[in-house]
Amino acid sequence: MVDIPEHLLQRSAEARAKALGISVEQALAEMKGESDPTVISKEPEVKTIDETPAPAAETPAPAAETPAPAAETPAPAAKAPEPDTPEEVDFAPEVKVTQRLLTVVKAKPIQKSVSEPVDKVNTWPHLMLPEFVSLMAMTAFLIFLSAILQAPLLEEANPNVTPNPAKAPWYFLGLQELLSYWDPQIAGVMIPLVLGVVLWMAFPYIDRNPETHPSKRKFAIMFYTFFLAGAGVLTIIGVLFRGPGWNWTYPWIDGIWFDDLLDWIHFE
Amino acid sequence: MQKLSLRDRIKEARATASDSFRGGKLMSSIFRPGSPFRKGYVDSPRNRSYVVMNNVLYHLHPVKVKRHGVRLSYTLCLGGLSFFLFIVLTITGIWLMFYFRPTELAYVDIQTLQTSIAFGSLVRNMHRWGAHLMVLVVFLHMSRVFYHGAYKAPREFNWVIGVILLLLTLLLSFTGYLLPWDQLAIWAVTVGGNMAGYTPVIGAQAKFGLFAGLEATTATLLRFYVLHVLFLPFIIVIFMAVHFWRVRKDGGISGPL
Ligand code: HEM
Repeated sequence: MVDIPEHLLQRSAEARAKALGISVEQALAEMKGESDPTVISKEPEVKTIDETPAPAAETPAPAAETPAPAAETPAPAAKAPEPDTPEEVDFAPEVKVTQRLLTVVKAKPIQKSVSEPVDKVNTWPHLMLPEFVSLMAMTAFLIFLSAILQAPLLEEANPNVTPNPAKAPWYFLGLQELLSYWDPQIAGVMIPLVLGVVLWMAFPYIDRNPETHPSKRKFAIMFYTFFLAGAGVLTIIGVLFRGPGWNWTYPWIDGIWFDDLLDWIHFE
Repeated sequence: MQKLSLRDRIKEARATASDSFRGGKLMSSIFRPGSPFRKGYVDSPRNRSYVVMNNVLYHLHPVKVKRHGVRLSYTLCLGGLSFFLFIVLTITGIWLMFYFRPTELAYVDIQTLQTSIAFGSLVRNMHRWGAHLMVLVVFLHMSRVFYHGAYKAPREFNWVIGVILLLLTLLLSFTGYLLPWDQLAIWAVTVGGNMAGYTPVIGAQAKFGLFAGLEATTATLLRFYVLHVLFLPFIIVIFMAVHFWRVRKDGGISGPL
């Protein structure tokens, strides 16, 4: 048997008692299955109601007070409809459909939506203002840079004259440096394509550690830092320490063999 | 009645004119309710929300963001700056297109631009240094994301989109590198294109497709130009849109740590 809270039981017993004209105690006992349920016979014909519409209208209260928890009155449909008293007829239409209290469903949503309070601020002005300021600062910096440093423009392209060394843009110079150590298929294609693109894209699916705090993902931090340092060192070597024939040169002795940042390096 | 000084009267007239302009039909047709450019804007929480919500900005920003996310030290604004740099490059790039022909004349066009056109040199420099800067900033943005573990669930896919954006940024920069058609350009691109030639199995085809021939010629120039000014920007804008959309759908900025 389901545990029905006492106050609910009491309330439905009262309603039932009122509807059936019995005492509350009896209704309670019936609902607990301690005594036989009072069978109420109902008004047999709809005609009766038609003839006496007024009583139905006059007794809205029992209707309202006989809600779902009118418990455990077995459906009387099977019983012979015998009107006991004329008063019963008045109630009859209301009690015609009797219901049992099967269970009490607690008022609780099926789906639990947990919304934890998040400390938020208005985008305007707290985000958009700093954004605007950094946009302006960046633009100012770029204009300043462009005013003092001239972008390189060497002689016109000539496929017959190969400069020595021929260097790629700086962001590829680390790769070009690798290319000088290893087989070009490995350094020039497999590393950038397989390591650089495929594995790098798959990285979030490989690193399944859910922690974000640096102290709990030491390996990942180390890994990336090594990668950064390696890429940085290779790029710097490629830019500054490689001269004709891709031989090792010292920028302070042999000069710089990199035309792209010409104006930066010879900046006086 | 107190007599107003001339200065006060001018001030008052200006305020009235400004009010009737800002409250007028034109301004209220341009700016939606809650805009600071409308008459009667007061700084209130409701209006602060309206500034974003009743505005095209709503496509980029939510009304509210996590408090820790607006600390400059969290994102260092690097993602935003990547985007701003892209916009600066688009504007300066379109301007450069007025003076540039991707043919044998390319080199001469650049020379003319630098010597005979107002602000030509400045705009070219801005476009070039801006491109270098964008590669750098995107790279730093990626590093920031990595160190914050911001690629972890539910943001894995935005990382994938990010790597595509990085590739597109590099490709944009690389295709642009050839356009001045000087010795630096042609040989840098030759070195890069030769690397593509080492691709297993399809190396020769990849190189041929990239160069539109066996080596860098004016056909390559045209090819890189079209990729640089049309195809790649078009693609990168689409991926950026998805990237920004995912930032919001994944619950805004990650963290705090
Ligand atoms: C054109 C290049 C790119 C642009 C314009 C861009 C733009 C942005 C912006 C505006 C944000 C918002 C937060 C912030 O500013 O940090 C962001 C977040 C993010 N970006 Fe990018 N991004 C670019 C490239 C990349 C790359 C190369 C990666 C990684 C490989 C990446 C991965 C992410 C991730 C995972 C987030 C979410 C970070 C978080 O929630 O903390 N993005 N991006």
